[in-house]
Amino acid sequence: MIEILLFATIKAGTPLLFATLGAILMERSGVINLGVEGLMLVGALTGFAAAHTADSLFIGVIAAFFAAMAAGAIHGFICVYLRGNQIVSGLSLTMFGIGITSLFGRSFVGLTIAGFSKVEIPVLSKIPYIGQAIFNQDVLVYFSIILVAAMHIFLYRTKTGLYLRSVGENPGAADTSGINVGLYRMSAVLVGSGLAGIGGAYLSLAYTPFWVENMTAGRGWIAVALVIFAQWNSTRAMAGAYLFGGINAVQLRMQAMGTSLSPHLLMMLPYLFTIAVLVMATLRLEKGSTPEPEALGTAYDREDRK
Amino acid sequence: MKKLLLLAVLASFLVLPGCSKKKEEEAKAPEAKSAEAALPAGKDIRAAFVYVGPVGDGGWTFAHDLGRQMMAKLPYVKDVTFIESVPEGAESTRIITSLAQKGYNLIFTTSFGYMDPTIEVAAKFPDVVFMHCSGYKSAENVGTYFGRIYQPRYLAGMVAGKMTKSNIIGYVAAFPIPEVIRGINAFTLGVRSVNPKAVVKVVWTQTWFDPGKERDAAESLLDVKADVITMHQDTPAPLQAAEKRGAFAIGYNSDMASQIPGAWLTAPVWNWGTLYEEIAKEVHEGTWKSSKIWYGLEHNLVDLAPMSKLVPADVQEIVNAKKAELASGKDEIFMGPIKDNTGKVVVEAGKTLTDDEKLSMNFLVEGVQGTIPK
Repeated sequence: MIEILLFATIKAGTPLLFATLGAILMERSGVINLGVEGLMLVGALTGFAAAHTADSLFIGVIAAFFAAMAAGAIHGFICVYLRGNQIVSGLSLTMFGIGITSLFGRSFVGLTIAGFSKVEIPVLSKIPYIGQAIFNQDVLVYFSIILVAAMHIFLYRTKTGLYLRSVGENPGAADTSGINVGLYRMSAVLVGSGLAGIGGAYLSLAYTPFWVENMTAGRGWIAVALVIFAQWNSTRAMAGAYLFGGINAVQLRMQAMGTSLSPHLLMMLPYLFTIAVLVMATLRLEKGSTPEPEALGTAYDREDRK
Repeated sequence: MKKLLLLAVLASFLVLPGCSKKKEEEAKAPEAKSAEAALPAGKDIRAAFVYVGPVGDGGWTFAHDLGRQMMAKLPYVKDVTFIESVPEGAESTRIITSLAQKGYNLIFTTSFGYMDPTIEVAAKFPDVVFMHCSGYKSAENVGTYFGRIYQPRYLAGMVAGKMTKSNIIGYVAAFPIPEVIRGINAFTLGVRSVNPKAVVKVVWTQTWFDPGKERDAAESLLDVKADVITMHQDTPAPLQAAEKRGAFAIGYNSDMASQIPGAWLTAPVWNWGTLYEEIAKEVHEGTWKSSKIWYGLEHNLVDLAPMSKLVPADVQEIVNAKKAELASGKDEIFMGPIKDNTGKVVVEAGKTLTDDEKLSMNFLVEGVQGTIPK
């Protein structure tokens, strides 16, 4: 039973995890992106369309990454080079994503593909209780777990990661020390958008292998909230994504087994946790340290430097 | 630079998804007026549909749009437009008003949440005929229509009852409203009419449209040994889950046999086209009067999709016999004695539920494992 629950939890959390990691990367460079929902949809449709046309799931994932990257480039260009309002641009990116995918997705409604299947990792999958749940998933799940570690190493153990964080904290100082602020921010937005696209593609290629309009059903917004829940930290993002995915899996299974605990109560839990995390973050803020990138949401203009 | 940004933002707003409208159909509008003068007999129809979802949802709105396309072929129907993804509530009032102002004389509003807006707008446009789907409020120029989808659900239940081996059937339910509850009950009564040992387990997703969650709900039912899965939502996700795990699938809204080839049994489906043609004809001839339409199999408004090859011939035979009986107008699905799943008698022997009681149903029949979330 624990195995089944854990399995479902990881599966439900994976699209959220990809999108949250992408959003963390962007926000670490100082760019807020409220367009995650739109990027996920672009990724979901392109991934499905490419996988269906080329008959290759791998090509689907690559296509999703680059298509979402292209959509994210609009946001990056507006925010980084035109110094536009990041909130407005992100919101319109979501609307743009919903609109363009319903327009071009029409001919793909009702088609099916095989979808990613499980790949069992020998030895590890024999570990009692957790083996089957963690080491008998599809390749995208493994990729997402590797990505969590990779992102952590990148942000805290590499010079480029340090530069990226400094661009998000104090772009003026970073610029003075010779870091190309625009380039770092733009690259972060591009790669981050691509990851959000893979999150969407996970839905249309592995979770529910088909395309319907609006199939992300608000997961992009949960990812935006998860960034705050995770306090801009990739390992905590994993915990958060699995928490949100897990609660859902648990409440549905409890219903199926006939327990009488109210599903509404359970569905509320992740949001209660989010509030708790926010309260804790605020308390820490009073002590003077905050994990939120200092320059988050502000455009950088060398001329305006103080 | 600022101007460029503004332009870019404006451009992205232009492709805003909701409320997209078919341009070419609007262009037909002026022609309709000139045609009116040429044809004195009967009123020309300029109809408009307000949809809650996108026409590409493959479910509820998709089925309505097939009906709209049938109606558009009538000679006196000069123009049939639609507006999709209209949010329920205040926004819909604005959209319905603008349609009436543009001169559409027959307006269909196809979701429960449009009920009050439809009534409100109709009061201002007494010459326009409004038809509201699935509500209970009507007026001089507002009729309501809906279908007895519980009849084909009963038939689908019979199929499920015959096909199950584990005697556990999984039902992925949407919101706990009478329409959904009625579906679960009719389905279960159908199951138990052929297989008294079988039970129907219900999981509520509290969604109309979230493929991921609905699939997960089906998985949770499959985990507790359900071997036939059916659902109330619009997406094929629960059925795909069933197929992948080797269980059978019963759909809803439209025939998805080609999408779920390995598991598909059948589905309760809507045929809005015939009803839409009938209403257009009445308005054209001037015989239309406000009424509360609740048609079933006898009017072919609802139907059971063709049963797949997985359903043995003898099962198809008894289901078709029952279907013929229902289609002849003999509907005794909710005929007593019926107990609810706590053992209380809710319909006494020899009695049957009235339509009003059916429309406000708030209990689960014996054989359903689950509760109505409060």
